[in-house]
Amino acid sequence: MRQSFFARNPSVVIFLCCLAAFTLVVSLLSEGAGTGFISTSFIKTLGKTLCLCLIAVAMDLVWGYTGILSLGHFAFFGLGGYMIGMWLMYERTRDIVVSSMANAQIPPTEQEVVDAIGTQIFGVVGSSEFPLVWAFADSLVLQLAMVVLIPGLLALVFGWLAFRSRVTGVYLSILTQAMTLALSLYLFQNDSGLRGNNGLSGLQNLPGVEASQAVVSVWFLWASALALGLGYMLAAWVVSGKFGSVIRGIRDDEARVRFLGYSVEGYKLFIFVLSAVIAGIAGALYYPQAGIINPAEVAPIASIYLAVWVAIGGRGRLYGAVIGAAFVSLVSTWFTGGQVPSLDIGFYRIDWVEWWQVILGLSFVIVTLFAPKGIGGLFDLITDRVRPDRHGADYGPDKGSFQEAEGRE
Amino acid sequence: MWRILAALTAFLLLATSPEAQETPVQDLLAQNLDLISESSRRTIGPAIDAIAESGLPEAQVVLQKWQNREMWLRESDGKFFWAEEIDRDTLRIFDFDTGDDLGEVPDDDFDQIKPNSGIRALIGVALVRFQLTDPNPARRWDALQAIERDAEAALLEPLRASIPDEPDPAIRAKKERLERLLTISYDADEAARLEAIGDVSGDISLDVRGTLNPLLQTRRKVVEGEIPDTDNVARQLTPGTDALPRAEAYAMLVDAGMAPARVSDADLMNALTANIDGAVVGGVPVAQLNTIDARERAYRALMAEDLVPPFVSQGEIDTALSAHAFYDAYVEPSTAVTDAAEDAMTAITRNVGASQAIDLTLDALSLASIFFLAAIGLAITFGVMGVINMAHGEFIMMGAYTGYVVQQVIPNYTVSILVALPLAFAVTFAAGVAMERLVIRWLYDRPLETLLATFGISIALQQIAKNIFGTQARPLTSPEWLDGALVINDVIGISYIRIAIFVLALIFLCIFLFIMKKTRLGLETRAVTQNPRMAASMGINPDRVNMLTFGLGSGIAGIAGVAIGLFAKVTSELGQDYIVQSFMTVVVGGVGNIWGTLAGATMIGFFQKGVEWLNPSNTLAAQTYMIVFIIIFIQFRPRGIIALKGRAAGD
Repeated sequence: MRQSFFARNPSVVIFLCCLAAFTLVVSLLSEGAGTGFISTSFIKTLGKTLCLCLIAVAMDLVWGYTGILSLGHFAFFGLGGYMIGMWLMYERTRDIVVSSMANAQIPPTEQEVVDAIGTQIFGVVGSSEFPLVWAFADSLVLQLAMVVLIPGLLALVFGWLAFRSRVTGVYLSILTQAMTLALSLYLFQNDSGLRGNNGLSGLQNLPGVEASQAVVSVWFLWASALALGLGYMLAAWVVSGKFGSVIRGIRDDEARVRFLGYSVEGYKLFIFVLSAVIAGIAGALYYPQAGIINPAEVAPIASIYLAVWVAIGGRGRLYGAVIGAAFVSLVSTWFTGGQVPSLDIGFYRIDWVEWWQVILGLSFVIVTLFAPKGIGGLFDLITDRVRPDRHGADYGPDKGSFQEAEGRE
Repeated sequence: MWRILAALTAFLLLATSPEAQETPVQDLLAQNLDLISESSRRTIGPAIDAIAESGLPEAQVVLQKWQNREMWLRESDGKFFWAEEIDRDTLRIFDFDTGDDLGEVPDDDFDQIKPNSGIRALIGVALVRFQLTDPNPARRWDALQAIERDAEAALLEPLRASIPDEPDPAIRAKKERLERLLTISYDADEAARLEAIGDVSGDISLDVRGTLNPLLQTRRKVVEGEIPDTDNVARQLTPGTDALPRAEAYAMLVDAGMAPARVSDADLMNALTANIDGAVVGGVPVAQLNTIDARERAYRALMAEDLVPPFVSQGEIDTALSAHAFYDAYVEPSTAVTDAAEDAMTAITRNVGASQAIDLTLDALSLASIFFLAAIGLAITFGVMGVINMAHGEFIMMGAYTGYVVQQVIPNYTVSILVALPLAFAVTFAAGVAMERLVIRWLYDRPLETLLATFGISIALQQIAKNIFGTQARPLTSPEWLDGALVINDVIGISYIRIAIFVLALIFLCIFLFIMKKTRLGLETRAVTQNPRMAASMGINPDRVNMLTFGLGSGIAGIAGVAIGLFAKVTSELGQDYIVQSFMTVVVGGVGNIWGTLAGATMIGFFQKGVEWLNPSNTLAAQTYMIVFIIIFIQFRPRGIIALKGRAAGD
């Protein structure tokens, strides 16, 4: 008899239990629940961290399992955020406009309301017309659909173009980086229709919801935890079966898989689009908690940090990605938040806000050099999981045994 | 005749008996006493001319004093003096002919000549001719510039008169040119103007364009029925086209009082608000007024009761518009002149376009050389060795900061640049070698991880630079001889720094080719690149070669940093701005080939400038489209413009 999915993947069960327990404990200790051990802003930080874990899972699918080092996944993340942000901003501005117009003696027409919203939203970029991209901003359902469709479509077009011309390895990485740079430069323009470098703001206010931010933040924490749980299960399911074996095969030796008759481009494209969609959803949950989105979020550096998280957490295992994203982003918040006391070493005073980046960069080099398995590798010590014997040192998952044999000869 | 005779007599007397106390100026002024004391703008002309054309050396002083209201008339004997007011009642007077101080006198007997502003302007014009013929060339040049700034019709004659005697060729050329421009603007003779316009046709200088543009100024007019023949019509306009939207055309009619005003949306709202009766306006409940339709219904109801001005319907607007002719008329009445000016402007526009194309090409070349400079180090590390160095941008930054530090120590900019270039090379060479030894050599088989590890180094270096130098931009000042620009005409100009960078890029290209093709290191590098094990068995030490090659690439990045720092602000993010472009340049050009990098840089530079030209306000858009273009380009030539063939292509 075939074992069930969970029985074959005990790590998924453990992960889901940990996530559920974490969410429960944090909810109980939140201000929203009345206990108030954890401040609302920290609840938001935790919720955002869960979203970052979700995009790290997506990144692990693409990089750790398929071997495509994408340096552009934050483009999809940001697009998801922009899509939901458009609806949030439109509806909230509409509420404000309608309530301010209610005082007028003659009730406004529909068109006047829309014009007033346009003036409110686009006043900062010297316009008042709604650009075409805002056509569906008044419909939550359509904007939610676009959270999935727009990043998916971009990934589909880009991936199809890139994979069909067999751009691989570092070329693909640089190309994805160029893609996210192009997107951020485009969004920085005032006439892009998304408010240029002002970005979208006031996203933390849910239109039509009276509840306080303390409560709303807990809702978002739940939503993020749910999305992470589902995304993790989906990713685990995708990589567990035969499909997973094929994509790992592509990672280790693409040409060999192609010669075996698999449509390598199809597999890569599927994974690329799937991860883009997951990234879009993560972004759509992240930015309402952050409250503001601007084109700087899409800048290439963000996507590189994503790769750093996954590398530090441990590629090729989903929990590694989650741990890496959670650990590095929380530690980053801690160091850059100025809460760590400065260290006085006599002749120089080390201010951690300034030196954290240096530590991060160097520790990243060290992880790459000495611990390619990342933090996730520690779990191998507990479970005694033995990797396949590949005759030589572990070169990390992106190049296969063939490379390694050649490299050491 | 009289005047000439008088002047002649005066001159003869002066020449024959210099000792004698002759008073030619006083005589001259006495002859024009009536005109001067009448002080009327209409009649003063002959008096000013008499003085200006007298040929007396003191004439200029007389005119200046007169203009400055410092000329006084002694009523008792009708003699003129110039004077300083000592206090309310006392004057210190001077003789015009000799310039002698005649002492202080009470002002009872004296009458100040007070020319009004019109007369002062006439005197000013008369004075210009003195300046135009002044023996001092600088003074003449100043006068020409004054005319250029503030041209007027009366200056044309003196300017023309001064040309034949002008000794200085440069000033003469300037005078002739100004004469042409003034002729276009002010000459009464139409044929002369046409000739002058023909002369400057195609000249792209700003002053020519500034002279021709007022001739082509138009005024928008509307008349009932046909266009009158008296107007010099530039073009006829049809309401409802882009040039003249219907609303604008109707607004012109309203402004001219030829049609009743439309009721605007705001007026409509105000009228409705003013006529709210209970909760109803014109029979429509207020709560239902949230559609345009209901509002118009209510307004028409109010109209029927004569409470509001009538609504102008679209049909009425149509009738009114078709009954009138709309057109742009030239302010200049002469058709021949405006036609000639239009032709000249067309020729000028064409020439300006050509010059802009050249200017754009120069800009694109300079941008391409910047990209090339930034990418050439990368072409070595990435192109030749296949090592991705994300910290390449930071090496550029280190070079720029080295230049900055050197300038702090050595104040002479020329010397400091000469010191900074080799020093920047040394610093980044050392950094590159250290990085290769410590990190990269462990990762030669893992290119993706090289990318990430060097990225880690990149953020660490960036933050260290930020900690040391702060976040504000540091200046890297170029030596004086690089200031300014090579200006070819009013459109084409290129700064010397950009020329220097272009030259530097060429020098680097030569150095690179020399090292790769002619030196032992280049040979060994190429051998190790093609087949490390074979190279090793031939006695080449691959480790050493890799180390030196990487150091060389990094060192060149450092020098590029000094060059880039000269025109860009030196910040810790300097390198980041160039890294993606540099990679693009190398990838587009074709990996492993310096000519490819050159082609890539040229293509990217020209493409970016081209897009900027199409959409000048927006450099961000240019960069966006450039990247999209590159992504598409890679589709068709995945291995770049110049792809390696055969075994060298590897993979």
